[in-house]
Amino acid sequence: MTLIQTSFNRRSFLKTSALAGGGILISFSWLAGCQPAVNEELLTLPEEWYSLNGFLKIGENGVVTIYCPNPEFGQGVKTSMPMIVAEELDIDWKKVIVEQAPFNTEIYKRQLSGGSQSIRQGWSSLRMAGASARQMLKEAAAQAWGVPVEEITTEEGMLFHKPTEKTAGYGEMASAAANIEVPKEVALKDVKDFKIVGTSRKNVNGKDIVTGKPMFSMDYNKEGMLIAMIVHPPAFGKKFKSFDDAAVKSMPGIKDVFTIKLYNDSYEKSMFDTATFTELVAIVGNSTWEVMNAKKAINVEWEDFDSYKETWGGFGGTRQVDVPSGLESSEDHYKEMESYSNTSAKVARKDGNPEEAFKNAAKIIERTYSAPFLAHNTMEPMNCFAEVTDDHAQLAGPLQAPEFLENTLSARLGMPLDKIDIEMTRMGGGFGRRAYSHYMIEAALISQKAKAPVKLMYTREDDMTYGIYRPTYHAKYRAAFDENNNLTAFHVNAGGIPESPLHANRFPAGAIDNYLAEQWAIDSNITIGAFRAPRSNFIAGAEQSFLDEIAEELGKDPIDFRLELLERAISNPVGERNDYDAARYAGVLELVKEKSGWNKETDANIHRGVSAYFCHNSYAAHVLEVKFTNGKLEIPKVTTAIDCGIVVNPDAAANMAQGAVVDGIGNALFGQLSLKNGKPDQNNFDRYKMIRFSEAPKEIDVHFVKNEIDPTGMGEPPFPPVFGAVANALYKATGKRHLNQPFFPDIEVLG
Amino acid sequence: MAVFNLNINGKNREIDVDPTTPLLWVLRDHLNLVGTKYGCGIAQCGACTVHLDDVAVRSCMMPVSSISNQKVTTIEGLSENGDHPVQKAWLEVDTAQCGYCQTGQIMTAAALLKKNSNPSDEQIEMAMNGNICRCGTYLRIKESVKKAADMMK
Ligand code: FES
Ligand code: FES
Repeated sequence: MTLIQTSFNRRSFLKTSALAGGGILISFSWLAGCQPAVNEELLTLPEEWYSLNGFLKIGENGVVTIYCPNPEFGQGVKTSMPMIVAEELDIDWKKVIVEQAPFNTEIYKRQLSGGSQSIRQGWSSLRMAGASARQMLKEAAAQAWGVPVEEITTEEGMLFHKPTEKTAGYGEMASAAANIEVPKEVALKDVKDFKIVGTSRKNVNGKDIVTGKPMFSMDYNKEGMLIAMIVHPPAFGKKFKSFDDAAVKSMPGIKDVFTIKLYNDSYEKSMFDTATFTELVAIVGNSTWEVMNAKKAINVEWEDFDSYKETWGGFGGTRQVDVPSGLESSEDHYKEMESYSNTSAKVARKDGNPEEAFKNAAKIIERTYSAPFLAHNTMEPMNCFAEVTDDHAQLAGPLQAPEFLENTLSARLGMPLDKIDIEMTRMGGGFGRRAYSHYMIEAALISQKAKAPVKLMYTREDDMTYGIYRPTYHAKYRAAFDENNNLTAFHVNAGGIPESPLHANRFPAGAIDNYLAEQWAIDSNITIGAFRAPRSNFIAGAEQSFLDEIAEELGKDPIDFRLELLERAISNPVGERNDYDAARYAGVLELVKEKSGWNKETDANIHRGVSAYFCHNSYAAHVLEVKFTNGKLEIPKVTTAIDCGIVVNPDAAANMAQGAVVDGIGNALFGQLSLKNGKPDQNNFDRYKMIRFSEAPKEIDVHFVKNEIDPTGMGEPPFPPVFGAVANALYKATGKRHLNQPFFPDIEVLG
Repeated sequence: MAVFNLNINGKNREIDVDPTTPLLWVLRDHLNLVGTKYGCGIAQCGACTVHLDDVAVRSCMMPVSSISNQKVTTIEGLSENGDHPVQKAWLEVDTAQCGYCQTGQIMTAAALLKKNSNPSDEQIEMAMNGNICRCGTYLRIKESVKKAADMMK
């Protein structure tokens, strides 16, 4: 049993009268027909709710509502976060109703989904919320029964006093508990006593999903609501010049056409204010189809913009960013990256004397890897509902991190934060894209100007061509060997447009005496942002492919070779800033080795590749099998091992790991957003090849390392190592090293 | 504008829209049946799948004027209480991640099973290949389809 101080984030434990009735917490009334998520069977709703803290309220009949603080985009937090509260509250999961908490940073900390941090950073406060409520219930029972509180025990929503044989349900004590002081210190359960955490619980919104209930902001509907769409420049490097709406204004259903400017002049941007096209044409009308038709018919003139400087605030103070003019092309990007890698690299880390080692090397191998821009392609395109009046703004949208944008919105509307209400709807995918919710600002400005509630919708073409893409990257690796074929030095030189993917202090840093890591970046006007495991999603694949080549050069088994390096990093690490735990890293390799039957012979047609990586505080390794049947690539099986500490909801975590594997294979083989003269070559799924059913692996077998370490990230870590596993398996099958992603750019797109 | 009488989920619905309006937007904007999703608008992703007389079709490229007296079934009408074997199987396998593609997946799967009550893995892959799942739930979808086939036996 651990005793913890509850002072941390105490505000969320304040009982406010507004919360007590639950009134302001249920703001999802627009979802006609959408009931709160109820587990297993239908529960009878209580007549009265008693709020014990911002995370939960208990009904007189013992039913408990738990609020999920963070937004859901498919990663399963809406189930797993409440599971943690329920665990410490000690309630039967069947008696729990889950609701999405309102966006309110006064009550909840870090209400965002990103960086695989929801569970890791929510762990303590969620446990505390459950445990302190349980303590308050115990106190209430002790007072009611006149017995010492230490003698009260709980089990699945019941309170017991064994000596006097008194029992009560939580519901009976809820009203009294609501008046008890929030305890200053609470006892948490021992991990071994967990009954909910660590057991698989089904998606609390499963039934709503399979019956097509409205849940996404795309489904938002309100009396008098208009549909809005934007028209944005057709190419990066262009901006708005003028428009002629004569042909459009009189089209059926069209209400209004105007331009909006996303930011006031001289606005200092902050971290997630990424938006390239800051002046847009907005078309507002009665229905989607009518607005779509007007969008096709409207005549807009664009012009090239001049290079300019932008001021960005945020972590680390204000900085100036150069946005170059020009219409960029992928072909030129690759040439520029090659040239920058030769001329502009800056040292990020150096151990030993790598220059000397390379000079004295008997043999050097060098490989260059590259990857294109990627579009996030969430299945639900960007969209947002907005109703802005003179004194209030109501927004509802798929928002990974509204707290990053609420100040932007407040500044732009000239409206204080307390007049702005933001609802976080379930997102049809996020993958990093929805941390940059410029579309929320756009929707608000359109509603303000149109003087009506609007739903702004991006078409798929808008979504793909107004991207905040995964950057394009380049990495050159070199390894030196002495005359006895020992590895003597390792050199990575990595960069990209417009950022470097390097993580200088990650493996194999710490395992090689002479180590050099360098990086560079090239300015660009193509907007980029977080994409599932930023930077890692490229560098892992390059590094893990290169390690495979080194192992081959040394005549070693690729897993044994990695384990040898890790052994060195455990017993006698080089340098001090190594930001991985070499023992846990080795752990996933050992687990994947065992579970994949690595040492067993396989069918002669099956070729295997291994890869491992550490990012977002967790460790993942894959063994991936490939096979060619009549020239067609097939992936019979992927075995995955993950160490993310305690796994809160194992089957859901496995689902996400399987998804990451599929996503990784798809992007490694096909994913690419290329540009010509600033214009994306792909604008919909007929040209942007997404992985489909028949290309997915036939089996993905996920294993978790069992330990009692506090949980760490799960959504991102399994993704980056997939690329290397694909490349290494393809090498075994074809004898060819695949260095440039996507590995099969020309594959036919199936519809 | 023109008036159309459609049979949707067993009910007659009269709507007055531009004849070129795709069925998808008639469902979503005019009838508030928003379980059918928009993903691409060009018949590439399957998010908008509905049944036209038991056959899975992409509603995003189907002008409302091209529908005569065929019966339209959307996810809202697939079963009375959300208990179609396909829906039950989807819940048992806990298939969804974000969930956005899943109604389209379910409609495609239900149409497949109507035609072929015992599909092979390959037949499932072929039938489902037009439905993209960005979250990568393909394996669970396959398991769900097989489970549903078993339930229907
Ligand atoms: S929306 Fe119809 S197939 Fe994509
Ligand atoms: S579950 Fe998210 S797109 Fe399929």
